[in-house]
Amino acid sequence: MSDQPSVSPKVSCKGVDVFYGDQQVIHNVSMDIADRAVTAFIGPSGCGKSTFLRCINRMNDTIEGARVEGLVEIDGENVNAQGIDPVTIRSRVGMVFQKPNPFPKSIYDNVAYGPRIHGLVRDQMDLDEIVERSLVRAGLWDEVSDRLDSPGTSLSSGQQQRLCIARAIAVGPEIILMDEPCSALDPIATARIEALIDDLRQRFCIVVITHSMQQAARVSQTTAFFHDGRLIEHGETEMIFTNPADTRTQDYITGRFG
Amino acid sequence: MLDVLAMIEVSWLAFVSSAMILCFAFLVGRRFSVQLPDQRIAVSQPNENGAYLAMWTVAPTLLLFALYFMFGEPLVRFLLASDLPTGFERLTSVERQQYVDRAGQALGLETIPSGADPIFHAVVDRYRALRGLAKGTVLCLSLFLSGSMFLYQLRKLSGGVRARAQVEGGIRLLLLLCAAIAIATTIGIVMSLFYESLRFFAVTPVTEFLFGTRWNAQTGSEFGALPLFFGTVMIAIIAICVAAPIGLFVAIYLAEYAGHRTRAIVKPALEVLAGIPTVVYGFFALIIVAPAVRAVALRMNDMLMALPFIDEPVLAAQPTNALAAGLVMGLMIIPYVSSLSDDVISAVPQRLRDGAYAMGATPSEAIKDIVLPTAFPGIAAALLLAISRAIGETMIVVMAAGQRAQFSLDPTSDLTTITAQIVSLLVGDSAFDSQRTLSAFALGLVLFLVTLFFNLIALRVVGRYRVRYE
Repeated sequence: MSDQPSVSPKVSCKGVDVFYGDQQVIHNVSMDIADRAVTAFIGPSGCGKSTFLRCINRMNDTIEGARVEGLVEIDGENVNAQGIDPVTIRSRVGMVFQKPNPFPKSIYDNVAYGPRIHGLVRDQMDLDEIVERSLVRAGLWDEVSDRLDSPGTSLSSGQQQRLCIARAIAVGPEIILMDEPCSALDPIATARIEALIDDLRQRFCIVVITHSMQQAARVSQTTAFFHDGRLIEHGETEMIFTNPADTRTQDYITGRFG
Repeated sequence: MLDVLAMIEVSWLAFVSSAMILCFAFLVGRRFSVQLPDQRIAVSQPNENGAYLAMWTVAPTLLLFALYFMFGEPLVRFLLASDLPTGFERLTSVERQQYVDRAGQALGLETIPSGADPIFHAVVDRYRALRGLAKGTVLCLSLFLSGSMFLYQLRKLSGGVRARAQVEGGIRLLLLLCAAIAIATTIGIVMSLFYESLRFFAVTPVTEFLFGTRWNAQTGSEFGALPLFFGTVMIAIIAICVAAPIGLFVAIYLAEYAGHRTRAIVKPALEVLAGIPTVVYGFFALIIVAPAVRAVALRMNDMLMALPFIDEPVLAAQPTNALAAGLVMGLMIIPYVSSLSDDVISAVPQRLRDGAYAMGATPSEAIKDIVLPTAFPGIAAALLLAISRAIGETMIVVMAAGQRAQFSLDPTSDLTTITAQIVSLLVGDSAFDSQRTLSAFALGLVLFLVTLFFNLIALRVVGRYRVRYE
């Protein structure tokens, strides 16, 4: 709460409440998320960090009975406003999930899927270029350039996760949301993804949910701690980990609960 | 006493005596163990002790009656045939067997047919006595063995036997037996189909049956089944053309779009559709759909004949027709397609859908590009199962498709199918070993093999699909 980014924020949330049916799962969360930086969401399971993350690209629309109130703005534009198509929001906000979920298609088609459905390319050359560029950025090109036709599911899970990242950046989003992107991966694959996140920070606004304190400390510049559907503390990562303001944050990061 | 016993159906005897033994032993075993003075840590619960005792006590009885079922009656006959009154020696063994058969039939009647001679009376009486003796022996022996077993196991029970583990073993045996019955029945049916078909093919060559184009089993002896195969395929194709799109769309709607309140209404309604007896569908096809098809066909004929270059009716417009049967059959198998497809579509992992939505796909794009391709093997299996259901369906085609074995691509003409022919061949009195009746078995065999083939493919496809997503 202390340290607000100096430039105008990429994402700005004010008084966000989320309900599943009658149950309120997010209580009055307000926060700004900086561009070209990595923000980590930490907190115990079920604290609402995933639900809050999904407010940013309106993924809560796909859950029956979910309702979002309050203001979520990307570059000053309310994503929940009347007449805003969630599809266009999601083309600006990429998402990577906990378990790698490549489509049952070839590696090439996985990456080409977004550009195709959004009509971003004029011809095959264009598409080839986007696919190559995305795979290069995701650090996967060298490993798969000779077998773009083989199914995405044939890759190792670390490669699959990088494929999902390539797929997300292929549509040229401004924001990338990552919901525990390394929780299903071994330490080596995790290290590669973390290096990739650090790399992608140059171009994108990135939000990462993680259960690993070390990971949050390694990759993020800003950290937000959630508990029981509330935002407890939000600030520079170094501050949060060295000198937390709230005792609950202190307890959580020192492993006393959660 | 033995005479009375002889007339009691042996299955009744077996059922009543084993039920009584079972209840008695169970209650005793339960009570006995409850009264056991030093129940330390319960090796078994009272009910398990009861079940243990009941299981062991009833086993000899069941075994003996099973033996009687298999060998009792043949043994009685053998004794009777080898011990016929004097004067029967000159008969051949076959004739003697026939005589015993007649005596056996007379035994089931209230009074022996008039005109029977005293020797026949005597033989019938002897038959009855022997049968009574056999049943009496089994009954006494079973009571004796079960009683001994009861006492023996009671002693073991007080010795602290691990009844719980043994009951578990007994349950496993019971389950295994039930599975074995299902499999044995299937094998029996297949064997009888094969056997009778072989008799048929001894007279009519296989090639003539499979590739002959003239079927006239009722009056003549032409057994070329190709027109029947054609009719079956034709009607199945019409049915699947109705059921595949509708069933699939229903499944997509239920799995992807419907809220759970809609689902709670639509799913049971579809299951009702699957529960309607096929004869009702047949009735519906015959009374409502077939005349409607005919009326439309006649109208179309009129319209076509108004054209200058057509001067005779194009469509056959028969009162019973392939289209009516196919349409109604299609309706009937919609639930088969939709229910299975719904399951496989719902089984597509949510994270794939999330992935598609997160990429900015609309729901229909996510379904078309991601969900359906993923679920495709399962959907194909659902369609194959529906096809094999359509091929085997009988009542609708019997009632609404007609009886004429012919090749006609005109869906408003009448056709007949394998199943409909089997029905008409076996209905009514006819010698069981005539070529006409045997041809029904050959048709049945073809039907069995074709549906088996489809089901096996479907099962393999489903199996492969399952491996991919677990």
